[in-house]
Amino acid sequence: MQFQGYVRKDGRAGVRNTVLVLAVCDCGEPAARQMAEGIPGAVAVTHYHGCIAIEVVPTIVGVCTNPNIHGVVLVVMGCEGQRPEPMAEQIASTGKPVSIINIQEIGSTREAIARGRAAVQAMVSDAAKEHRVPVDIGRLVVGVKCGGSDTTSGIAANPSIGVMSDLVVDAGARVVMIEPIEAIGAEEELARRAVNESVRQDILRWVGDEEKRWSVPGASVDFMCGGNVLGGLTTLEEKSLGAVHKSGHRPVSGVLKVRPDLVEQVPDPPGFYLQEGIHIELQAMTYQAAAGANIIVFATGRGGSFGHAICPLVKVTGHPETWARMSEDMDVNASTVMEGTESIESVGRRIFDEVLAVASGKITKGESLGFYNFNIWRQDPRLEALLGLKGA
Amino acid sequence: MKKAITMDPRDNVATALTELRAGDEVEVLSTSRAVVQRLHVNDALPLGHKVALADIPSGHDITKYGAKIGRASVFIHAGDYVHIHNVTSDRMPLTENMLGHKPAA
Repeated sequence: MQFQGYVRKDGRAGVRNTVLVLAVCDCGEPAARQMAEGIPGAVAVTHYHGCIAIEVVPTIVGVCTNPNIHGVVLVVMGCEGQRPEPMAEQIASTGKPVSIINIQEIGSTREAIARGRAAVQAMVSDAAKEHRVPVDIGRLVVGVKCGGSDTTSGIAANPSIGVMSDLVVDAGARVVMIEPIEAIGAEEELARRAVNESVRQDILRWVGDEEKRWSVPGASVDFMCGGNVLGGLTTLEEKSLGAVHKSGHRPVSGVLKVRPDLVEQVPDPPGFYLQEGIHIELQAMTYQAAAGANIIVFATGRGGSFGHAICPLVKVTGHPETWARMSEDMDVNASTVMEGTESIESVGRRIFDEVLAVASGKITKGESLGFYNFNIWRQDPRLEALLGLKGA
Repeated sequence: MKKAITMDPRDNVATALTELRAGDEVEVLSTSRAVVQRLHVNDALPLGHKVALADIPSGHDITKYGAKIGRASVFIHAGDYVHIHNVTSDRMPLTENMLGHKPAA
């Protein structure tokens, strides 16, 4: 099975050919935005953790080296703690063009913006000369994620996405799921799917560590709320089993590490992988992108009006009203399951077909709106150290 | 006919795909949309809530997605509404937030 993609010099394959303008800290954001403004194919992003947050560097390098990215312009004020040169070196090592615009060094901000725009324009025009070629599906990495969940998510959207996940793995490609907090209460079910004892231990630690992070006395969160109960969810186990259903049923091949100094890449062998990290939508998607995801399939009951700067999103809803009201935002209708008119298997196959179409260039609803959201989660090394977790 | 869905052949509860009233006859579908059972519901329940497909003695597992989601806290009859009033979690007790009032001591 194949899709039409862009083959990169490091052998990986992209589904988009984006020129990324990334302000390494938010001081450089306005300049970075002006460098990309009005240039089709260029997207400007930053994060808001400031210039001392060196923990975001592996995520920055991960998204910049993602195969959906053609080339990168790194924008720095010049005094950031996150040094751009080592980042540029790692990006260049994948064969991508990379350019650093140092505003303090150039002195004139307008001149810096002009140089940045010139670099972006040169990359965009080189990118236009590259063409999609048939690529084996084995090089595809699909992320799965849910959010804005309601009672339909665990019955329609997530189980249908689970069917898609199995189809992707069976076709020889890879699926990655993040959000360990959503697996609290379903860890035994996931652990049973581990390919070996070491992965089984990793899965239990993946969930257990996240539970510790959110259970600090005085700052603990409710893993299940009143709205869940009103929607028909009876126990935490039920809620979590519904959420992890988007992972499908194939063995869990590994748990990818996310540490302050490392975002582990999805490895080459086909299979289903878990990833450490946060469950909050856009930050989670950025982690998936940083690990090499090409496309993210997103389940939502209530709907969601966003895209992601690195990965096109295939948004799936199981709620008939959300599908009817938010058709400008939703890509796949899974509400036929709720109406009893279509099987979960059939919806899953439609999602799989949509993923392949998007991989070959079909524009998603989020992209058609021009939405390229981006955000980075900062793993706090102080919390990791205080809780004695592996991330420290 | 009104419909409910089971997520796995091992399940002893089905999830209502529409709002159900006491006495309604319901078709229970599998994930491949085959009708696996018909039953009369004993209670009213909203869309997305669960109905028992068989008698479940107190202490026995409630199974959905082919996995245990909790235990029956009383004897549950086939057709009964299954929710926090007759199920306990092994993982997390009911909180004030989930109940809308303080849990009984």
